Amino acid sequence: MSDITASKRALVIIGAGPAGMSAAVAAYDHGIRDILIIERDNAPGGILRQCIHNGFGLHTFKEELTGPEFAYRFEEQVRERGIEIKLNTMVLDITPDRMVTAINEKEGVFTIEAGAIILAMGCRERSKGALNIPGTRPAGVFTAGTAQKYVNMQGYMPGKEVVILGSGDIGLIMARRMTLEGAVVKAVCEIMPYSNGLTRNIEQCLNDFNIPPLLSHTVVKLHGRERLTGVTIAEVDAQRRPIESTKKFIQCDTLLLSVGLIPENELSKSADVVLDRMTGGAEVDEFRQTSTEGIFACGNVLHVHDLADFAADEGAIAGRAVVDYLTGNLKQQKRIRVLTDGRVRYTVPQYITSGKDVTLYYRVSNIFRNATVGIYEGERKLLERRKIKLAPGEMETITLPASLIASIVGDTIRIGLEEDK
Amino acid sequence: MKRKLICIVCPKGCEISVEYDETTKEVLNMTGHACRRGEEYARAECIAPKRTLTTTVRIKGGGLLPVRTDKPIPRELMFECMKVINRAEAPKDAKIGDVIIPNILGTGSNIIASANA
Ligand SMILES: Cc1cc2nc3c(=O)[nH]c(=O)nc-3n(C[C@H](O)[C@H](O)[C@H](O)COP(=O)(O)OP(=O)(O)OC[C@H]3O[C@@H](n4cnc5c(N)ncnc54)[C@H](O)[C@@H]3O)c2cc1C
Ligand code: SF4
Repeated sequence: MSDITASKRALVIIGAGPAGMSAAVAAYDHGIRDILIIERDNAPGGILRQCIHNGFGLHTFKEELTGPEFAYRFEEQVRERGIEIKLNTMVLDITPDRMVTAINEKEGVFTIEAGAIILAMGCRERSKGALNIPGTRPAGVFTAGTAQKYVNMQGYMPGKEVVILGSGDIGLIMARRMTLEGAVVKAVCEIMPYSNGLTRNIEQCLNDFNIPPLLSHTVVKLHGRERLTGVTIAEVDAQRRPIESTKKFIQCDTLLLSVGLIPENELSKSADVVLDRMTGGAEVDEFRQTSTEGIFACGNVLHVHDLADFAADEGAIAGRAVVDYLTGNLKQQKRIRVLTDGRVRYTVPQYITSGKDVTLYYRVSNIFRNATVGIYEGERKLLERRKIKLAPGEMETITLPASLIASIVGDTIRIGLEEDK
Repeated sequence: MKRKLICIVCPKGCEISVEYDETTKEVLNMTGHACRRGEEYARAECIAPKRTLTTTVRIKGGGLLPVRTDKPIPRELMFECMKVINRAEAPKDAKIGDVIIPNILGTGSNIIASANA
């Protein structure tokens, strides 16, 4: 039973993770009351509900919280303000003129005309299909996040002898989690010569349990008919090609894939939102407005954050900006594109449109030591910062003050990185 | 005993080498740290490492409740604590912050709920 006449809402937020909830709170606190959050799950919290480990909130709350505790803080703020959340409701489509179509059991399919939309759908994990490991396709291969959901929310252990491919944080966290629950984690293979995980996770999730991180290693074959019985691993050369003579069989019944996250942007595409190839998320300005007017994005749907705190911060930026947008106060005088040199892989935002201080979030493509990160207009230096160490796994920031933005004459600037000679 | 560890106190990530006596718990030599905080971290890591333990406990009547230690516990007690927690049950109406197991294994640390049941 679909509703033919669409109801109207000032602001619709898609996703009740930390980014979406923080955006709602910021929008409310800056004066908008007519807010609706739509969440497909049966409770708010997003991915944090399954992240029961600690390490959240140091930046936002100055204390170390677990994922559910961190999410709960935002849930309370949303509840105190009486902001409406529709749970068990999935958004199916959004249009460039901000018509939101969603479905749930009670109301069926319905459409809402939104004054503004904030995209906060989070991300999904890369999976085996995308990886192309030869061999059989037995049961026992999971993404690390799926395994996390099984163990932490359903109390079901996916297996007893585990190999993990990829050294992303979720894989490292799951290595510890499964070890504590009685499984044996035999190896963590990382194709790159460095780990993408936080150092703290390498120390506390692998070294604490004597789990060897095998750098420059990958899984080259799966074994087993119905259930996985083992994997063949091999060292890789500088071009990431497996070296034949290093092939080794490891017996295991479970392979966890922790090979990266991709922003969940199917919906964004239907609203003509232009995506950045490097981030997989929308191209945005400093207000987190996408290329489609009135549609904003924040959190993991925009670019993958390692820290929930930063996802929430970004939600607050978008929430505040939406209020200015809805009240006609979003002042955008210019459109300066921020280009990257490849060593700096991407920035968010990609565009600067106003005269205020702007913080650029960025990631680098490799490990660099003793480097200078700089922002330039042509040959002219705007700003340079020294960095002792930069790694692809850690998001960095650099703030461009209003005075320097005012001095930009053209419509592009460039951010780059130079290592000491 | 000699150990190499990476300091996790700040993003610089110094590689610190520590030489210590396991019986007297004395640090004999330390190199690689760039500051006091790193020195303290490395000393504690070698002499008496502590960890926050996070896991789940069964809820009476069904379901799982995420829990954690309210203070870090000695690292070597993690598996013993897991055994105790895996035998325990949380009440159906447990609230975030409630003590589920007091003073686990005499460590002075409580196991508390990190979500509502
Ligand atoms: C497994 C894992 C471990 C992590 N560990 C840490 C850590 O130790 N410390 C740390 O600080 N950070 C950690 N992070 C990162 C942190 O959790 C994320 O950066 C943060 O949760 C992102 O928040 P978000 O709101 O953008 O997305 P999410 O939390 O993913 O929320 C997105 C929400 O949108 C909903 N949604 C999606 N599509 C639709 C739709 N079509 N209709 C309705 N609803 C929809 C989803 O159901 C979900 O609830 C971890 C992340 C993962 C995945
Ligand atoms: S030793 Fe000091 S400078 Fe080095 S990583 Fe530790 S805290 Fe940072």
